[in-house]
Amino acid sequence: MAIRVEHEVHQRRKGRNFGVGALLACFIGLIFALTVVKVLQLGDARQFENFDHVARPAIVPEEGTSE
Amino acid sequence: MTDMSVQNSEYEAGMGDYFALLKPRVMSLVIFTALVGLLVAPVPVHPFIGFVGVLCIAVGAGASGALNMWWDADIDAIMKRTAKRPIPSGRVQPGEALGIGLALSGFAIVLLLLATNVLAAGLLAFTIFFYAVVYSMWLKRATPHNIVIGGAAGAFPPMIGWAVATGSISIESVLMFALIFMWTPPHFWALALFVKSDYGDAGVPMLTETHGRDVTRRHVIVYAVLLVPVAVGLGFTSIGGPIYLVTSLLLNAWFLKGCFDIWRRDDAAADADNYTVERQVFKVSLYYLFGHFGALLAEAVVRASGFGGL
Repeated sequence: MAIRVEHEVHQRRKGRNFGVGALLACFIGLIFALTVVKVLQLGDARQFENFDHVARPAIVPEEGTSE
Repeated sequence: MTDMSVQNSEYEAGMGDYFALLKPRVMSLVIFTALVGLLVAPVPVHPFIGFVGVLCIAVGAGASGALNMWWDADIDAIMKRTAKRPIPSGRVQPGEALGIGLALSGFAIVLLLLATNVLAAGLLAFTIFFYAVVYSMWLKRATPHNIVIGGAAGAFPPMIGWAVATGSISIESVLMFALIFMWTPPHFWALALFVKSDYGDAGVPMLTETHGRDVTRRHVIVYAVLLVPVAVGLGFTSIGGPIYLVTSLLLNAWFLKGCFDIWRRDDAAADADNYTVERQVFKVSLYYLFGHFGALLAEAVVRASGFGGL
């Protein structure tokens, strides 16, 4: 038996579903805000680029040169 | 089959029922002590990192509460005080509580690790393990000293809060731990004295049942006396000061007086006045803990406002 679009269980679980949705939204917001804070705390802009997951020869210090 | 069983169930658990699994009242104490541990630490923390840290500690505490309710559902159903909890009352299935407990434990530990440091996350993991496994599964039904050793689980939050800020353990955080650790037995035994028959009915070896109520009364005063040097001693560390010391001396005198009264009377006297003294001491014990940590917070505020040299 297929569940109808307006199945009774949808109504019964409405509050719980909205609750789970709100929790997931909060979780996404939390991780995003934490990422922003963590990245800003790095200070040095070049360190942001270290998170690219792509080799960036331009940001690797050459031998014999200081920072 | 699953769909049919869902349709036939008369009660659908709501968010409130799942939230009740997290023991919100215990969580409020955890949040407060963890927040104080974090705020009195000498290392400033970014407000959002601090918020995430306390959130993780609170969620971790809630997760261990859910695991405890899952494991103890059989005895919770017997005791009047706990019979209305979500699992024994049938509002939440045991498997749901186990799933929520495990999922939230993982969430809290991993997020705390990412947001702060390994030590804080490790301490939180150990706290959850200690409460859910060492206390709930092992000690609670095995020894009348379950509360003494199990109290460690409730004592970790300020230490974790301190670790969130500093990434270390120090004498201050150890003494904050010791304060809650030593406070738990007299706090809980005062409760056990006036909810007298419940633990025995459930087969939990509470001190009142295994060694008698007079022995419990003696234990209350002994632990209250042992608590004094720990509580006052914290005032002489870097996070203490005159506000804390005065508060601590007053609260210790008040608490000791109540515990002394518990010790000096017997069950006949307690029955006659419906355990007024025991109920009062239980209430005072709550003021005692909030008072001490509130005073630590006040000291931190005074230091931060530049009056620390007073």
